[in-house]
Amino acid sequence: MTDATAVAAPATDTRKAGRYLYIAGVVVLCAWVIVPIYFLLINTLSSPETVNSYPKPFIPEFDLASLTFFAKFAGMLTALKNSVIVAGMTMILSILIGAPAGYALSRFEFRGKELFRLLILLTRAFPLPLLALPLAVFFIRTGLDDTTFGLALVHTTLALPFAVLITFSLFSGIPIELEEAAWTLGCTRITAFTKVVFPLILPGITASAIFAFVISWNEVFAAAVLTIENRTLTAFLLQNLDTSPLHLKFAGGFILVVPALIFIFAVRKYLFAMWGIANR
Amino acid sequence: MAEIQIKNVAKTFGSYTALHDINLTIADQEFMVLLGASGCGKTTLLRIVAGLETATTGEVWIGGRRVDHLAPKDRGIAMVFQNYAVFPHLTVFENIGFGLRMAKKPNDEVKRRVERVATLMHIEQLLKRYSGELSGGQRQRVAVARALAMEPDVILMDEPLSNLDALLRLEMRAELKGVLADSKTTAIYVTHDQVEAMSLADRISVMHQGKIIQAATPIEVYRNPAAEFVASFIGNPPMNFLRAEPAGEGKWKVAGQIIDGPRTSKGPLQFAIRPEDIRPAETGLTATAKVVEPLGAHLLVTSEVDGTMFRAVLDSDLQVKPGDKLTLAPQPDRVRWFDPQTTKAVA
Repeated sequence: MTDATAVAAPATDTRKAGRYLYIAGVVVLCAWVIVPIYFLLINTLSSPETVNSYPKPFIPEFDLASLTFFAKFAGMLTALKNSVIVAGMTMILSILIGAPAGYALSRFEFRGKELFRLLILLTRAFPLPLLALPLAVFFIRTGLDDTTFGLALVHTTLALPFAVLITFSLFSGIPIELEEAAWTLGCTRITAFTKVVFPLILPGITASAIFAFVISWNEVFAAAVLTIENRTLTAFLLQNLDTSPLHLKFAGGFILVVPALIFIFAVRKYLFAMWGIANR
Repeated sequence: MAEIQIKNVAKTFGSYTALHDINLTIADQEFMVLLGASGCGKTTLLRIVAGLETATTGEVWIGGRRVDHLAPKDRGIAMVFQNYAVFPHLTVFENIGFGLRMAKKPNDEVKRRVERVATLMHIEQLLKRYSGELSGGQRQRVAVARALAMEPDVILMDEPLSNLDALLRLEMRAELKGVLADSKTTAIYVTHDQVEAMSLADRISVMHQGKIIQAATPIEVYRNPAAEFVASFIGNPPMNFLRAEPAGEGKWKVAGQIIDGPRTSKGPLQFAIRPEDIRPAETGLTATAKVVEPLGAHLLVTSEVDGTMFRAVLDSDLQVKPGDKLTLAPQPDRVRWFDPQTTKAVA
C-alpha cells in the first residue's frame, strides 16, 4: 500500500508539472496576441493627455474623443467602406478563380501540372514595387486606376496563390469515390460538386476566403500607389497618420484592427473546422 | 429487364493495354462475378460499364440501349464502392435517399423506400447517424442500401467486402446473396477472392491480363477450366500439372504410366488433376511425400511426381510421413488436358 503511493507520487508530480507548463504556455500565447490589442484599446479610449503621460493606466477611460475625431475626419468612413469592398471583392474573386484551379490540380492529370504549381508559388516571389509603375501606367490607360475593382484585382493576384494551394489540398482530401458515387446516384459533375464536394470543403473554403480577406485588408503598397480618391483604410491612414499626434495613431491602428477581428470572430467556426475536416 | 452486352470493348492507358477486345453478355437478373488478380482489368471493365471510365473502343448496351456515350446517372445503374463512399456530411437516411432526392421523388416516397431498404440491410436503427459514427460493416450496409434504394436495373459492386474483417465478410456475403436475389437486378461483382466468387456467382468471368479467359458457371469453371490459367487460379490448392507424352492413339504417358486421354495428333500435352480427385491405390503415379499437413478434415500431402510438385488432398486417417513412397490414382473422369502451346484445354 505505502509502496504503491510512494511510486505513484513522483508520477503525479511530473504530470502536474507538465500541466502547469501547458497552462503557462497557453497563457503566454494568449498574452502574445491579447496584450498589444489591449494596449491599443486603452490608448484609443483615453484622452490625448493620458496617452502622452507615463505610467499608463490599465483601465480604459472610455474617452471617445479620438474615435469621434476619426468618425468625423473627412474621407475616413469612405476609406473604411473602400477597404471592406476591396477585401470582399478580393475574397470572392480569389475563391472563384482559385477554387477551380485547385480542383483541376487535384482531380485532373495534365501536361505541365508541376510547373503550374511552381509558377503559382513564384508569383509570390515577384516583388510588388517592381510591378508598381508599369501596373499604374497600365491601370491609367485602361481606366482601372483609382477604382476599388482595380485594386481588388491586384489584391486577388496576391491572394490567389494561397487560394489555389489551400483549395488544392482541400479537394485532395476528398476521396474521388464520393464524387463518383454521386455521379452514379443521378448527379452531373456540377451537381455532384454542389451537393457533395462543396459542403465538405465549405469550412476550408471559408478559411481560405478569410485568408484572402486579411491579405487584402492588410495590403498597403498597391493601395497607396494605385488609388488617390478611393483610398482603402490602410492607404488612407498611412497618408494621414504620419503627421498626426500619438493618440490619433493609436485610434487609427485600432480602427484598422477591429473590423478584421470582428470578421474573423464571425467565421471562427469554419476556421477551426479547417483542422478537423471529416471526410470518411 | 436489363441484359448487359459488352461488345468489343478495349481500353488503353497510353501504351498500356488494360483491356483487350472484351465481349461479354450478362443475362437479365444474372449475378456475374468478374474474378482475377489485381491488375487484370476487372475493375476497369466494371468502371466502363458504370460510365466512370470511357472505353477506348467498343460498345456497352444495357437493357437494349446503347449507353457508352451516356453519363453514369443516365445508365440505370447503381454502384457499391470498395471504400463505401458514404457521404460524411449526410445522415444515413439522407445517404440512402440521396439518389431519390436527386430524382426529385416526393418526400413520402423517399421515406418509404429508404425505410424499406434500411430494414432489408438491418440498419433501420442507424438512420439518424453520420458516417463517422458507423463501423466499417455498417458503412458497407449503408452503401448497399443506397444502391438498392435506387431500384436500379443493374447493380455494380467493386470488391465491396474486401475492407471487412473475415467473419463479417462471411456474414455479409450470405446476406448480399439473399438480398440481391430478391431484388431481381442484374449484378456485376468484382472480386479477387475466388471463394466469394464461387459462393455468389451465377456465372464467373475469370480475367487475366485484360482478357476474359473463361465465363461460365462456378462449377464449370472449377471442373472444366478452359485454360491452364483458370486451372491454376481457381481452387485451393490449385490443380496439379504433369507432362504427358503421346503413346499411341488416345494414350498418353504420364510419369511412366499410360493413361487414356484425348485423341489428338498434337505433341506433348499437360495432364491436370485436382488434388482432391486423387486416391491412394494399387496402381497409379509414383509419388514421394515431401510435406504432410494435417488440416483436420483432410491431409494435404505435397509430394514429388516425376520431378514435379504434386499435391493431394487425402483422408486424414491415412498414415503418411515425409519421404514415404505413395501410389496415387487420379479419378479418371476428373482428369483434364491442356495444350502447352496454346495453354487451352484439349477435349
